[in-house]
Amino acid sequence: MNKLAGAIGTAALFAALLAPCAVRAVDLQSYEFVERGRYLATAADCAACHTKPGGAPFAGGVAIQTPFGTLIGPNITPDPDAGIGAWSDDEFVAALHDGIGRGGVRLYPAMPYPAYTKMTRQDALAIRAYLRTIQPSSNQVDANQLPFPFDIRFDMAVWNALNFKPGRLEPDPSQSAEWNRGRYLVDALGHCGTCHTPKTWLGADKNSAYLQGATLQGWFAPNITADERKGIGRWTIDELVNYLKTGANRDAIASAGMGEEVVHSSSHMTDADLKAIATYLVSLKPAVADNLQPVAAADPRMVAGQAIYKDNCSGCHTDAGTGIPRLFPRLAGSHAVQSDDPTTLIRTVMFGSQGAATAAAPTGPAMPSFAWRLNDAQVAAVLTYIRNSWSNAASAVSAGQVGTVKAAAATP
Amino acid sequence: MATKLPAKDVVIIGLGWTGAILGNELTDHGLDVVAIERGPWRDTATSFNIGYAPDELRYAVRLDLFQRPAQSTVTFRNNGGQTALPIRQFGSFIPGNGVGGAGIHWNGVTWRFNPTDFRLRSHLTERYGADFIPAELSIQDWGITYEELEPYYDRFEYLAGISGKAGNLNGVIQDGGNPFEGPRKRDYPLPPMRMTYGPTLFAEAARSLGYHPFPQPSGNLSQPYTNPLGVTMGQCTYCGFCERFGCANYSKASAQTSVLPVLMRKSNFEARTECEVLKINLDASGKHATGVSYVDSSGAEWEQPGEIVLVCAFSFNNVQMLLHSGIGQPYDPATRQGTIGRNYAYQTTSGLELLFDDKIFNPFISAGALAQVIDDFNGDAFDHSKLGFVGGAGISTGPTNGRPIQTRPTPHGTPRWGAKWKQATKQSYLRFFSMGSQGSSYAAYTNHLDLDPTYKDRFGRPLLRMTFDFPDNDIRMSNYVTDRMEDIAKALKPREYIVSRRTKPYSSVPYQSTHNTGGTIMGADPKTSAINKYLQSWDVPNVFVVGASAFPQNAGYNPTGTVGALAFVAADAIITKYLKAPGPLVPS
Amino acid sequence: MTDSWCPRITRRRLLATTAILAISGAGPRALGRTYRGGVLPWEPNDTSPPIPVRPGPWLYFTADEAAAIEAIVDRLIPPDESGPGGKGAGCAVFIDRQLAGSFGASSRLYMRAPFVNGTPSQGPQSPIVPKERYRISLAALEEYCKATFAGKSFAALDAAQQDQVLHGLETGEIKLKDDSGKDFFETVLANTMEGFFADPIYGGNRDMAGWKLVGFPGARYDYRDFVGKHNQPYPLPPVSIMGRSDWTVPG
Repeated sequence: MNKLAGAIGTAALFAALLAPCAVRAVDLQSYEFVERGRYLATAADCAACHTKPGGAPFAGGVAIQTPFGTLIGPNITPDPDAGIGAWSDDEFVAALHDGIGRGGVRLYPAMPYPAYTKMTRQDALAIRAYLRTIQPSSNQVDANQLPFPFDIRFDMAVWNALNFKPGRLEPDPSQSAEWNRGRYLVDALGHCGTCHTPKTWLGADKNSAYLQGATLQGWFAPNITADERKGIGRWTIDELVNYLKTGANRDAIASAGMGEEVVHSSSHMTDADLKAIATYLVSLKPAVADNLQPVAAADPRMVAGQAIYKDNCSGCHTDAGTGIPRLFPRLAGSHAVQSDDPTTLIRTVMFGSQGAATAAAPTGPAMPSFAWRLNDAQVAAVLTYIRNSWSNAASAVSAGQVGTVKAAAATP
Repeated sequence: MATKLPAKDVVIIGLGWTGAILGNELTDHGLDVVAIERGPWRDTATSFNIGYAPDELRYAVRLDLFQRPAQSTVTFRNNGGQTALPIRQFGSFIPGNGVGGAGIHWNGVTWRFNPTDFRLRSHLTERYGADFIPAELSIQDWGITYEELEPYYDRFEYLAGISGKAGNLNGVIQDGGNPFEGPRKRDYPLPPMRMTYGPTLFAEAARSLGYHPFPQPSGNLSQPYTNPLGVTMGQCTYCGFCERFGCANYSKASAQTSVLPVLMRKSNFEARTECEVLKINLDASGKHATGVSYVDSSGAEWEQPGEIVLVCAFSFNNVQMLLHSGIGQPYDPATRQGTIGRNYAYQTTSGLELLFDDKIFNPFISAGALAQVIDDFNGDAFDHSKLGFVGGAGISTGPTNGRPIQTRPTPHGTPRWGAKWKQATKQSYLRFFSMGSQGSSYAAYTNHLDLDPTYKDRFGRPLLRMTFDFPDNDIRMSNYVTDRMEDIAKALKPREYIVSRRTKPYSSVPYQSTHNTGGTIMGADPKTSAINKYLQSWDVPNVFVVGASAFPQNAGYNPTGTVGALAFVAADAIITKYLKAPGPLVPS
Repeated sequence: MTDSWCPRITRRRLLATTAILAISGAGPRALGRTYRGGVLPWEPNDTSPPIPVRPGPWLYFTADEAAAIEAIVDRLIPPDESGPGGKGAGCAVFIDRQLAGSFGASSRLYMRAPFVNGTPSQGPQSPIVPKERYRISLAALEEYCKATFAGKSFAALDAAQQDQVLHGLETGEIKLKDDSGKDFFETVLANTMEGFFADPIYGGNRDMAGWKLVGFPGARYDYRDFVGKHNQPYPLPPVSIMGRSDWTVPG
């Protein structure tokens, strides 16, 4: 039915080729190499920044909001003028590995070269080979829309010196091949840390909090380490695979940014690769067990929150917070609910959210919006309630936090 | 001047239950399909937000989700001797509107018709003799049997997640189900709903009289469910905002909850909303449809060519569409010639309220299809030979709501306002429950649909004219089953009960049912039917007319189960027969 | 809190589905909304909640009309020990706001000519829309009362007299000008009951008085925990679309 499904089948046959390996001569026009590149481009989700919705594939034009201003994802079709058709393979690899474009132009790390630098040269070349088969587009993109002084690319030399260390990911011999494959997919291709690892004030990864959750554009991408309260520690490998593959598992449904990731990237990956990712993530156990005490049930915020919950939320999420698998996310024991940062929760309650829909889980159920009905204090109370009921424990939410999220969302 | 659009394989008029089912089946087969819907897009979380869905004034009284008479209505008269006048405000029936159609705001009651319903005239003749059938009735056989429909009923029930208990599995009668139903190959996909107090008492009383109560088959899901398309639906929460309302938590079967998530993903399907089809266009021979003409929301006119046209616009809208398009010969009651508009029928209902001093019923804890029913007096399940009528009714207690604007009975003789009204309402609200009979509506030669000579819609097209009154036969039937309902009520020893019997003339004012049937009926003979057993027009073979307009007469059951099954019949016929050999599928 | 370098959660979905689009790329543009193969259309914060009625001056009634209506609704539903009457419950406010909106103008109904009186089965055929009905009949009522009760308007009559007049309208004994008495009575009665039992967001059923009178829990959506509890009173208080006092966080 769809071309990617065929590609997955083919890619699966070449599972051995996909593991990082030593340099060897490859024919950049070979069918299997191009197919490998297509799979890698899906895993790395190049389309997220380089394919405009409804636009030609990889022809650029996607506006990328950064705290420093807007960038536009460039045209990476093989067009010699508007795209990268004139680039040599080494120049292409340098963009991924070193953050340096053709002619020495420094890239902004909106292009996640700090992650892609970990990718093997073979994989980078495979992606190149695939991109060369794309229909050339003459769509001219002026990528750099940043205001002065950020528009000066030379600034990036300084930034790189402070924050970036190029280099491939070396496998850890004390871990299994599957674990290493998982780490490679997470760090080098999927670049999960770009959303899930908090950033320093300069916008670089805070490695001490690797994958422990980060806020971006008014959403909180949760902790995806194996923390049992705030991370995916209560999920089995199978549940995590289901989530990445179908967008839903027994407890949760991907939405917003992660929903797009599932629909465009991980739902097209092989079961073996998804299992590798899961194997890797569940191994990231936190150093110290968390012993947070919940807000007391008698707290007036909890009492009001319970009334609000009963009247607004239990019709879908149930009195016990269990929800319905693949329809209404479970709140009891949920890591999204117990995240340190309640930004995503606030947004979801205020404005609603639509769950990801894949062929395997096509329902795409949506959470209705409550901003018209609940004021800031009420949203804060009901969120405090769900964060601290049914053996959940997390910080209370304040009306001020709700107001901040509301204000931020109001400005486009 | 209409602008012509690129052709599609299939054009569907209306995107409700039947349009969605057919759209999904045909796109699965690779066809390029467009559905044109005159109402708006409707989505659960947006249109039926759980915070404002439970609003009786907006949805049940002001009818927010329904067709606005200003956009389209029908004219009505009881008989040919009267001048039909517009139904300016819907009362007796309220047609749906928008994507999902009536399937958004229905109650969810989902039946299979009885085997004898499909060969009604033959069966009654065999059992009682031809003379037993009153001369006023134009009832006829469908030209399709229950056995042929069985697998399609099954498909619809599993698509929708119908909750119930089989009464007849492959010929073996099952305890707890309906012993009078036709045999089914397998049980319902979900178990029955949990019963509240009223239906429980009804069942006890019915059983004590030797009848066979069973839980009503329900499209309000008793459990979470993932249907064969992979779509997940939720569990009904007994909110009591069912009929007239959209369901806020994905637990009432509808095109939205059961089909659209899959259908909308397909690149070969397109939905155009707020576009109204004016007519089906025919070629010079008049025997082949070339597509449809429609008007968009700005008033511009478009021509959408298509190889196959499916009329899925709701029963009487289907009839109006054929009349406006010049398909088939309009029915003339004087000569009894013609087929389009023939055998319009409805539903024959009566009610009974029971008031108790010592019981609490919590009427607001309810669902649209929550009920206990007996079929002992439905159809031909009982011997009519000494009774002087044909047909019957399901008798049930189905508390659908306790919404206080419309549902607050008081004892007989209570004034409608003032201090006594207030006291009586306060005392009675929690302490009543109702019974109802939903009876067959047997077609009569004088009941029909055609185009009104005077009143027009906003495009200047004649409104559909409805000529209808209850046949005397149906009144006799209704009185009989109402007597049986009274027996059950008496067995419960209420403080008092109030009976509302059905009388003539039929009034278009008080709500009774939106089960309008007939007008483009199915049959084996093109002289007395508009479509064949595959829902294909006898007159224009690339037009299929799908909906309750296909019923030659109405049975004592809600129509949607049969309508859903017929949609699958049409899909199957198009895919396995018509596409291979376009043309009439049944020799005429 | 530093944002990272990531694409905005995009208009990817929106552009692929909603709004006015060209058909199939290769053809003229048809209006109305087109939804084409992709995802289920959805937009955040897309709601159409009811607009709450705000207290304040009458939007439709004149002061005299309002006085008459307040008196009428307070006889149709009198105040007593079980709770407020129609006036205290805001039924007059409800009716005023309804008449000022689409109900008052019959915007949803089929109001094309010719208007001909038919049989009762054929339903209402009058071209007079509710807001006109109220205006005309309240004036006629005023005339009647002044003529019959020595110059007193309806609002100035005592309760027994008011009941008597209302009875007369109900039975048709008091016809009023244009024979509109019965129609007017039925309309007012229906609208008063709507106002008494509709969600308080519409201006009536103040403090959920109507719901408290009968024991209707209001805009609730989940009774699963009570389905099996036959013959037991439901314990939770009513809640409106705009909530209940228990939602308020003290302090």
